[in-house]
Amino acid sequence: MTRSPGGPAEQAERTKPAIRMAGIDKFFGPVRANRAATLEVMPGEIHALVGENGAGKSTLMRILGGLMKPNAGTLEVNGRDVTGWSTNDAIAAGIGVVHQHFMLVPTLTVAENIVLGDEPVKNGMFDYARAVGEVEALSRETGLAVSADRKVSELSVGEAQRVEIVKTLFRGAKILVLDEPTAVLSPPEVKELWAVLRRLRDAGGTIVLITHRLDEVMDLSDTITVMRAGETIARLQTSTTSPAEIARAMVGREVSLMSRQGEALGVASHPEAPTTAEAHATAGYSAALEVKDLVVIGPRETRAIDGITFAVQPGEIFGIAGVEGNGQTELIEAIAGLRKPESGQIRIAGHDVTASDVAGRRTAGLSHIPEDRHRRGLILDYSIADNLLLGLQDKFASKGRLDSDRIEQNSKAQIESFDIRPPAAELPARALSGGNQQKVVIAREMGHDFTVLLASQPTRGVDVGAIEFIHERLRQARAENKAVLLVSAELNEVLALADRVAVMYRGRFATVIPAAQASEEVLGEYMIGTRTESAA
Amino acid sequence: MTSRFREQLEEALFPPVVALFVALICGDILIMSYGQSPAHVYGLLLEGTWGNAYGFGQVIYKTTTLTFTGLAVSLGIRAGLFNVGAESQLAAGGFLAAIAGLLLSPVIPGVIAIPLCMLAAALGGGIVGGIPGFLRVKFGAHEVIVTIMLNFVILALLNWIVATRLHVPETLHTPEIHAGSIPRLDEFISAFHGSAANLTIIVAILAAVAVWFFLFRTRYGYELRAVGLQPDAAEYGGVNVGRVWFGALTLSGAIAGLGGINYVLGYKHYYEDGFAGGSGFLGIAVALVGRNHPLGVILAALFFATLSQGGLAIHAVVPKQMVEVLQGVVILAVAMSVPEVRRALQQARKPARA
Repeated sequence: MTRSPGGPAEQAERTKPAIRMAGIDKFFGPVRANRAATLEVMPGEIHALVGENGAGKSTLMRILGGLMKPNAGTLEVNGRDVTGWSTNDAIAAGIGVVHQHFMLVPTLTVAENIVLGDEPVKNGMFDYARAVGEVEALSRETGLAVSADRKVSELSVGEAQRVEIVKTLFRGAKILVLDEPTAVLSPPEVKELWAVLRRLRDAGGTIVLITHRLDEVMDLSDTITVMRAGETIARLQTSTTSPAEIARAMVGREVSLMSRQGEALGVASHPEAPTTAEAHATAGYSAALEVKDLVVIGPRETRAIDGITFAVQPGEIFGIAGVEGNGQTELIEAIAGLRKPESGQIRIAGHDVTASDVAGRRTAGLSHIPEDRHRRGLILDYSIADNLLLGLQDKFASKGRLDSDRIEQNSKAQIESFDIRPPAAELPARALSGGNQQKVVIAREMGHDFTVLLASQPTRGVDVGAIEFIHERLRQARAENKAVLLVSAELNEVLALADRVAVMYRGRFATVIPAAQASEEVLGEYMIGTRTESAA
Repeated sequence: MTSRFREQLEEALFPPVVALFVALICGDILIMSYGQSPAHVYGLLLEGTWGNAYGFGQVIYKTTTLTFTGLAVSLGIRAGLFNVGAESQLAAGGFLAAIAGLLLSPVIPGVIAIPLCMLAAALGGGIVGGIPGFLRVKFGAHEVIVTIMLNFVILALLNWIVATRLHVPETLHTPEIHAGSIPRLDEFISAFHGSAANLTIIVAILAAVAVWFFLFRTRYGYELRAVGLQPDAAEYGGVNVGRVWFGALTLSGAIAGLGGINYVLGYKHYYEDGFAGGSGFLGIAVALVGRNHPLGVILAALFFATLSQGGLAIHAVVPKQMVEVLQGVVILAVAMSVPEVRRALQQARKPARA
């Protein structure tokens, strides 16, 4: 593991923190995005702010940048109490935020974008030549190569990001906040960015890096703050911590759900178990779901899935762990028929469905709980009853006409058996709580016969009671000899439910191990790529 | 259940009622600025439309065309597509209906000739609507731009064909059709004498019922509305989004095209250049005020037809353009008060969450 020298952090001990946030509370209605969150960043250091999606990192940075005011707590910058300041105050005080989504005008040149809002003027006219000159000077000074005269629309993502950084420096930023800067970059571009950030730090700049990728944290940062569920869990020195410790702080919580409950229920859950082997022998196929040499091209021509082969047996929950953004979404979408693979083969219950569309795969026995219920899983303005049809509309129609009696019966039965509240079939899905919305999705996908279930982040954003319920349903599906492919960002969840666990790292399976041999420590190392093996 | 129904009803009725109220107030101010009494002018307006058989016949005639174009636009919106091409689809439908009527022999009975001409009308509109649908699916060309541009292309093309090949000398219309005429209402009720109202109104009402059934009672309507609300979720549900887009725009065009029979088969019995006269564009307002529901579309068509005919009745006292101002006010007020727009505005004001 390469690490930057720890010099700057030691020097900083004597000075005041560049940023000090203490006891920050921020509520959005009933959602508590930040709960007594703290953050301390010394001048001249690269500080990593890590945590899972929704841990409250971005909210904390919005408060720092003056976009939001906290409900409680204090914010100090360079020793000055600036709680509740505005974006203009923040910019004036030298805070520069580089957002994940670029805020550049594509039709303007690099120089025009950088000086926007503070344009050099000659005789009341915009002095473009001087703008170019100033930008070029700054570019030389900081070593951030940007071509001032080119249009932003012609730039690569890496270049556009450099322009964003130069833009903040142009406004005199001394404290730079980067929100998941590598999410859109290719590996060489990431390397280049690292060099830039190190140079800025060595020149005395302070950098806060928001990320959920531990390899980046270990590679670049001097100090680390870990957030989970709106709270600050730990403040660590990179030189004295390990990825495993960070991972534990990120995902760890009291594990109320013991793993291996499948066995406690008396279910033969291993693929080697004779009962399941018999079951698929009689069914005439070897596995419920087979994926062979799958390659999926992701955004920016990279291989989001880089040759994955695996099989899920009937009566098995196959768990996929991994830091988000390592290809899990692409894998599930490719199996579901929502994304066209570059090469490879997908078989459901022995049928080759590689060329089938979504409907064809459903007919072949596929059910799918999508990771984003608001985008894909539900039509929010449709009633519960209508949402319970989505993907099954052909089964509830004869000669094109929808059978309203059967739809009513179906919704009544599903609402009852999946305990959807309030039990009002005509209510739009939008009106339900997150947990009940997810129950609608699960009722639809699991309330009829299927062979393979794709369960992608099945408990994301649902309350504890619903989590228990959903886990119970997944175990029940296994007991009924269904094959379940479970993808979850929650390591606990994978460990609690899966019979075998694969860890995805950069589009491949870093390992596939029986859950009995898996632990958070072991999986954590595979998740961040410190351990790899040629698997499956 | 009942409270939910009442809520839906309130949500459906609230915007148009508010809009009507706002329009009335604006109308009062305008009328008084001409030194007239609002009560007198509104009295004239109602007298000229609902107060006598001829006026009412004209209202029915205008309602018929607007129902077709309103249904066409609303079907597109239900699929998430904004069809601004109803004007040229209407014209193309009328044109092909006239061509069919000219080609058919006069000995062919109406029960055969009329459906054939209607089919031709739907085909004409369907082709003009299908082109932007195809371009949208194949190349991602935005249907708003394509339908607007296609309006110019189609209307100019029809103008050229009629002017160079088909017109009766000294006019810009085709000869009278030989077959496929739809009877006027005055053949059954003599009081309607002179008005353009004809039995196409029944076709319009049947079309509205058919659209309602299609949207809310068939799986294709279910899929179409799903695509309009959340294309990603529809795709997840196994719906071929591109096919729905193409189908919806084609069907939308066909409905608008069918509207062409009102003039060509029911009223003049020939195709005349420019007969659409803005009815296609007004269909957008009808769909908006009718909240994209077939029943709402009929009511909104009736309302706009009344205003349009009423403009002629009050022309002696205040300029008839006043009703155009009122139409504009109604459209603006409805646009601002529909829940979709309100929700979008609220979301824009709400800060993004972490």
